[in-house]
Amino acid sequence: MTTLDQPTARSTTSGRPAKAGRHSIERAQGRMGAAFVSLYTLFLLAFGVLPMLYAIYLAFTKKGAFVGVDNFLKVFRDYRFWPAVEHVGIFLVVWLVMLVVLVVLLSLLVHSIGIRWLSTGTRFLFYIPGALAGASSVMLWLFVLDPTVSPVGFMLRAFGSTSLVDAVQVDRLPFVLAVIAFWTGAGGWIVVMYGALNNIPKDVIEAARVDGARPIRIAWSIQIPLMRKWIAYMVIMSFAAGTQLFVEPRVLSQASRGVVGQDYSLNQLAFLYAFKQSDFNGSAAISLMLLVVALVLSVYFVFKGGLFERV
Amino acid sequence: MNLLRTTVALSAIFVAGAAFAQDATGITVWADANRQPAVEAFIAAHPEVPVNLVVDDGSSGASGTFQTKISLADQAGEGWPDVVFSTQNNDAAWATKETNGVQPFAQVLNEGFLGDDFLKGFTPGALDPVTVDGKVYGLRNDLAPVLFWYNKTLLDGFGYTAPTTWEEYQALGDKLAADHPGYFLGGIGDAFEGPYIYYWSGQAPIFQLEGDTFKSNTTDPKAVKVSNLIDHMVANKSLTLDSVFGASFVATAANLVAIPGPAWYAGALFQNPGGVNAKAGDWVAAPPLYWEDGEKVTGNVGGGVWYASSHTTNPEAVKTFLQFIVSDPKVAGTGGLPAYQAAADAWLDGQAASGFYAGDFKAAINTAASSVWNGWGYPNFSPETSWAKIITPGLVAGKTMTDLSSDWQQEMKNEAQVVGYTVE
Repeated sequence: MTTLDQPTARSTTSGRPAKAGRHSIERAQGRMGAAFVSLYTLFLLAFGVLPMLYAIYLAFTKKGAFVGVDNFLKVFRDYRFWPAVEHVGIFLVVWLVMLVVLVVLLSLLVHSIGIRWLSTGTRFLFYIPGALAGASSVMLWLFVLDPTVSPVGFMLRAFGSTSLVDAVQVDRLPFVLAVIAFWTGAGGWIVVMYGALNNIPKDVIEAARVDGARPIRIAWSIQIPLMRKWIAYMVIMSFAAGTQLFVEPRVLSQASRGVVGQDYSLNQLAFLYAFKQSDFNGSAAISLMLLVVALVLSVYFVFKGGLFERV
Repeated sequence: MNLLRTTVALSAIFVAGAAFAQDATGITVWADANRQPAVEAFIAAHPEVPVNLVVDDGSSGASGTFQTKISLADQAGEGWPDVVFSTQNNDAAWATKETNGVQPFAQVLNEGFLGDDFLKGFTPGALDPVTVDGKVYGLRNDLAPVLFWYNKTLLDGFGYTAPTTWEEYQALGDKLAADHPGYFLGGIGDAFEGPYIYYWSGQAPIFQLEGDTFKSNTTDPKAVKVSNLIDHMVANKSLTLDSVFGASFVATAANLVAIPGPAWYAGALFQNPGGVNAKAGDWVAAPPLYWEDGEKVTGNVGGGVWYASSHTTNPEAVKTFLQFIVSDPKVAGTGGLPAYQAAADAWLDGQAASGFYAGDFKAAINTAASSVWNGWGYPNFSPETSWAKIITPGLVAGKTMTDLSSDWQQEMKNEAQVVGYTVE
């Protein structure tokens, strides 16, 4: 990393007057930044922070009285809780690994395409599925996954599935959901990664090439390390979205005649607590656990990925 | 991101609902697509009552839509509809109870809300699933006793006689499997068929409620008998694992020889171009099958219910709507057997006159309607969710009811415990 930082460092270290000018530019940028995030901050307060505070209040109370961790214990003892943890856990592992490996690989490939229209066209193609909302992409996948109507029915049959019910059996579901989520979300990330690759100064790549590095070596030793922040960012965002798995199993549940349970994911369980059992406290306890897990892992990835480090 | 999408979608629904609720003369009705023509008929007949129809899934397959959306409105303190249709008949278990300090959703419909003369017009027993401590909380849309449907043309062609008992039904399955493979006697691919058609008819004590105690015993001899029947007939393929509303069932519908099922199969399955699409005169509605050593009872598959909201600001319009929808001879029953006696008579006479079904349609339906076994419970959950979770995928994976029934029983008991019942 140190050798890689040198070109940027060299271009910015100069005399005193330049440094003062840079500070005033930074201040102006800071003001602009504050203006940009101010509206977002308002929304974050209204729809993120305040509901979170309300959830904390609900999670530790019952009918307005403080009950300590009773709500959490009740959820832990629920026969549906640990299976849901397992379902979401397996899904996250499958999906995140798939996302990181394939998105990085595909963006490197697309970036290395020299022909302009081909590169743009590929990125556009990757991006299209992302334009579909979660529920509608699941509707589309219902057809893909039903061997009787699917255009890739032969592949499903090769895996031993003769009906939709069979194709979405619980032990296959994490993979099915991961494929759906990848198909919907990966395109957007490929575009982001492509942008990250464009940010790598050309002279660094050039220098590596002069030193005799081949494309694979350049990707492994230069491009991927420099994409670290974006990869960390992708993992954080995707992890948070993945723990909240809801729409996909919910729609699959209705379409598969209930074979995918209404209590498949943790978010669905929180939903059942609130709206089937009218137990908003238990529901808040589940939500809070999801928040804590997502927060802890985000902090880990923020520091591991050096997300807030300034180059 | 998913949470955001859900929130946005839910908010949109409630904004739409709330905007309308402020209209003092109109009513908001939640119903499924099958009920839409009936609601539209009301709109045409009563232009003075503006109706905002919100089409949902009618909580079919025990999806819980009704309770979910009401809980949300309860929490928000607004957004309740005026009338709700549900395909399930166990909603009274929660809709009659106060939730977190909010009044019970279901309006008491007797004791002055609707006239006793009107309520007396229902077929005796029709309102039992929605009556708690003498208070009537909903109006049955249709009665759904299980009877036995068979294709006379096919049976005659094969030279078989129609079964009258479950034992004969199983024997017919053996004959078909041996001599006419590909022909079949019904399905077990939907979550409602197993529990309501097969186990309920067999008086299997697998879904019972006594006070606040839930009981389920899948090892009772009566339950085992039904499990063995299903296993036997799935094994020789005389029962299909496809959903009766699915594409593959419809594709093979010409090979359907007979099927035990509810009265509403008349409209939803046989006279439905997207279903079996039966030819007039082929099918017979026969009295229900019985077990040779059992009582002459049958099962029941739903039979929807209309509920009025206790929050309504427009009770007169609600009354007009409810009376029309359950008793108007043209729309009552919405394709099935109306629960309102006068409408039922008109419907049965109409069916008999049309000659669509061979045999004594009216007698078969009346026999079935008066012999529904009353030992089945109506707790605040359905056997369908556990069936779908345990049995449907299990059978598809090649397991048998015998293998799966203890897991199923455990799942039902777990569900009972979660919603607050004592489990025995």
